[in-house]
This record gives sequence, structure tokens and C-alpha cells, in this order.
Amino acid sequence: MNITEKILAKASGKPSVSPGEIVDANVDMIMVHDLTGPLAVEAFRRIGVEKVWDNQKAVIILDHQVPAESVKAAELHKMMRQFAKEQGIRLYDVGKGGICHQVMPEKGHVLPGTVIVGADSHTCTYGAFGAFATGIGSTEAAAVFATGKIWLKVPSAIRVNVEGKFRKYTAPKDLILHVIGKLGAGGAIYKCVEFRGPTIRAMSIAGRMTLCNMTVEMGAKNGIVEPDETTREFLKGRTTKMLPPFESLISDPDATYEKTVHIDVTSLGPQVACPSQVDNVKPASELSNVTLDQAFIGSCTNGRIEDLRVAAEILKGKQVKDGVRTLVIPASQEVYRQALNEGLIEIFTDAGALVCGSTCGPCLGGHIGLLAPGEICVSTSNRNFIGRMGSTQANVYLASPATVAASAVTGRITDPQELEASKA
Amino acid sequence: MKVTGTAIKFGDNIDTDVILPGKYLVLISLDDLAKHAMEGLDPAFPEKAAKGVIVVGGKNFGCGSSREQAPLALKYAGVKCVLAESFARIFFRNAINIGLPAIEFKGISTAVDNGDEVAVDFEAGKVRNVTKGKSLEAPKLPPFILEILADGGLIENLRKRLKKK
Repeated sequence: MNITEKILAKASGKPSVSPGEIVDANVDMIMVHDLTGPLAVEAFRRIGVEKVWDNQKAVIILDHQVPAESVKAAELHKMMRQFAKEQGIRLYDVGKGGICHQVMPEKGHVLPGTVIVGADSHTCTYGAFGAFATGIGSTEAAAVFATGKIWLKVPSAIRVNVEGKFRKYTAPKDLILHVIGKLGAGGAIYKCVEFRGPTIRAMSIAGRMTLCNMTVEMGAKNGIVEPDETTREFLKGRTTKMLPPFESLISDPDATYEKTVHIDVTSLGPQVACPSQVDNVKPASELSNVTLDQAFIGSCTNGRIEDLRVAAEILKGKQVKDGVRTLVIPASQEVYRQALNEGLIEIFTDAGALVCGSTCGPCLGGHIGLLAPGEICVSTSNRNFIGRMGSTQANVYLASPATVAASAVTGRITDPQELEASKA
Repeated sequence: MKVTGTAIKFGDNIDTDVILPGKYLVLISLDDLAKHAMEGLDPAFPEKAAKGVIVVGGKNFGCGSSREQAPLALKYAGVKCVLAESFARIFFRNAINIGLPAIEFKGISTAVDNGDEVAVDFEAGKVRNVTKGKSLEAPKLPPFILEILADGGLIENLRKRLKKK
């Protein structure tokens, strides 16, 4: 079995499972946020069960419309706070957490070998820790609140084997955009995408999270990376729970995969997903005629300290181009504090970028930094669909933090390696 | 369970941001959500759907966000069922869970034209293009999904099952 099958077999009390089989899995952790939680609470009330099955296995995070940008949002937040209090569920409020997919692992709610469901499509991010994690809807979340169980079809798996060393300013974001361009927006529907190989073993947790995060943009059920010492190091001090032996979470040599994709990143350059599909991927160097109105560095895809560091390295001592409003949003309060300590916030501020408090905000066109008709934004987030960041007549290009930072300086989509070369 | 309606066709990779834009996710009333169904592609959709329609999609219908408000907006705008070449998995589950029938049906987008009258029989696994006078064999939904749909959604189904225990 591969790692995903091993986790699902254990969660459903079976010696083994195979692709296509439907299992009734025990859920180890469920997360809902301020835009999916209220519908889940309403549905939960209709079931007629008084208490959630296990309040230690549920987390609520307010992150999408925070701080409340309207009275309606404030009402939703109030409703979630009341539900959390009544049920004894841990809630991360404004200023205490940040974007759900960053907060969940930071606060030790994501452990290798567990089954995690979240009422958000980017729940697949937690596969970076060797967990089976997938997105669900609100009604399904209500059912999990009531029963602690979910039916799942065991996915067939695509293995992505990655080797080679990244060039300077080429990052896991460029790798995942390249993979999505190759497999297509529907290339992994219902499937598991397992990332393997020496490049993945050498990759930071932040990079693995970026990869797994965007597997849903190919339709994947889950993305996953086998846990290792890098995983253990990240979890140190974040959880007091016993970790499973990692040997039990390694794919067997004879595990079956529907397909294997080999990628050598040695020659990979910065990639950009052009409007308005995530698989419309081109090299950044071919898009230098695209002029910008906004640049955004943040989101559950690329708002981590590693992302802010590389952006700051490029923006240090420079100014963002007049006419390109640049937003930087740390993925969590912890990331914000670390960026403050490392002097990154000062670099961004000096460069003329606006640093906002942690929120999903502009990524989903919720609030902060929406686009007007005809405007163009280059963003480190995960979706460039029509209307995603505001007007249906605006265009969004997706890229790495380095590419977005370099583009903010020049005012057009820029390969960061070219900006570096022009400086020398 | 049977439904009939006029087909409204869409292409491949119809994402939940065009089905129900993010800025409307703070709306709780189902009627308010319905007013913005498919706004990203066709702001006149709710008007067209009001008489009861069948949405025919291409590949990867409903990709993107997990927002259940997307199938809810369709359902309350008047969509009786969604037939697509393939679905994004979260949208498919959400649709079933809120009681909006969805069938993955390869070949449907060539078998039906915009405006055709379509009749669907879920138990029998039959789709009839009334306008063209053609009957098509559709994949049958598994019995537990048919049961959820017959009950009106996952919550009603769960209430029933918990009562039996």
C-alpha cells in the first residue's frame, strides 16, 4: 500500500484497502472557518444531536473575513464564537491565529498518519505532514461533528518524483505550477498526488505545504509527502501527543500508482499561471509585457516566513513601482511576529508595500485589495478564476513570492533572475 | 426520482468562484444566494433558471473552493439536477449532501444542446433528450447516494439513520 492507503486502512479498521473501495473512516480532526462554519452549525442543529462527537477533535478558525469587514461577517463570527463556547471547541479568534491552513499545523493540530477533514478546499495542505487531509462542504462537516465519521472512496494515486536542485529564485511554487500545467486542472480529479524523491526530502515544510496546498487545483482528493526528520523537527514543541512510528507511514516498494511523473527541477525557471485557469502556465520570462496594478504576497499557499524572506530579499532597498499597490499578508500571527523580529516588516514598509494583518482577504476577493474592472494583479495565492479577486473583468496571474516581489519593483511580470542580473 | 427541465449548457472547468463569487459568502439566506447563481458567467442565469432547469456541464464541473453555497445557489435558483462529463469531488459531494442530484455522465455535453428538454430518471439510470427524441443510458448512482437524495439531503438522511439506532 502507499501512505494514503495505509492511513485510510488504519482509520477504517481494515488490514488493507485498495483504490475505488469505499471506507467509513474515523476522523481525527475537523476544521471549519468563518465562511463554511455557519452553514455547518445550522446543519448540525437540524440533525438534532446536542454535542459534537469529540470537542477535542474539532477546531474553528476565523480567517476569511477578519477582522469583520461588514456587519454580516461580524454576525457570522459571533455565531461561531457562541457555538465554540457552547461545545467547548477550540476557536482561534482575530489576533490569535491567522489563516487556517497555517494555524492548524503551527498549533499542533496536524499529525502524521491522521485523517483530517476541513470545510475548506485547501485542507489538502496538511498532506505535507504525512496526514490524509481533504476538503469537505459544510453539511458534511455537520455530519462529522455529529458522528466523527466520513465515507471516503480510496483514491488511486499519481506519484510525482522530483529530483535536482532549485535554481536561485525558483521555488516549490514554480514546481507545483509546472506540475499543474502538465497534468491539467482536472488531471488528478478524485486522486491522490504523492510527492517523492530527493528534492522533496531536501525541501522545507513550507515548500511541501505549498505543493500539497495546490494539488486541489488539479482536482486531487489529497496531496501527500511521507513524514521524515524535517517533519519531526517542525512538530517539536508544537504537540505533546505521541507521534506514530514514521516507518508505518512509508509507501511500500510494491505500492501501486496509476501514473508516475518525473521532474528534474534543475532547469526549471519561474512559472506563472495566466488568467483564468490555474493550468494556463507559462514561464515568467515570456510575460514581461504584462503590466500590473496590484501585487499580492500572502495566502495559505505562500504567506509563510520562508516566502516573506525571499520577497524581502528582493525588495530590500528598492521601491515598488508607482501604480503597483503591493500587499503583504503574513499567513499567521506567528509568521507576522517572526517577520517583525527579522526586520522584514520594515523592509516591506520602506519599499512602499502595505503589510496587513493575517487574513485570507484578497485571495478570494473577500475584502482588502479587491480589483476593479480591467485591472491586473500578480499574486502568490492559488486561484486566478474569473472574478476571484474582485471584478469579473480583472485578471489574476499566479506566481512565486520571488516573482511577485520582482514584478512589484518593475511594474510588469518579471523573472526574478532577470532583475538580479540587471542589478549586477 | 425523476426530474425534467430545459438544459442550460456550460463548458469545462466551471469553478465555484463563477458559480457563486466569494463576496457573497457572507449571505445566509438561500434566496439571496440564488440571486447570484452563475453571476461570474451569466448574470441573467437566475432569471433563466427560475422555471426549473437542468445544468449540463463539461469536465471538472464545480472545481475550486469547497463552498457549499455554490450548489445551494444553483438549487435555489431553480436547478433540478446537474449532469456533467466529470465533477470536482467536493462539489459533487456537496450537491448530493444538500439534495441536488448530480450525475457524472461522459458524452452528455455532445448529446444535449442548449435549450433541449431533458428528462432524468435516477433509479433507472436513464436520461431522455425529449427535444431530440433520444434515450441515453446514464450511469446509476450508488444506492446509498440515491437514498440521501430521496431523503432530501445528508442531514435528513442522518436524522433518519440516527433515529433507527
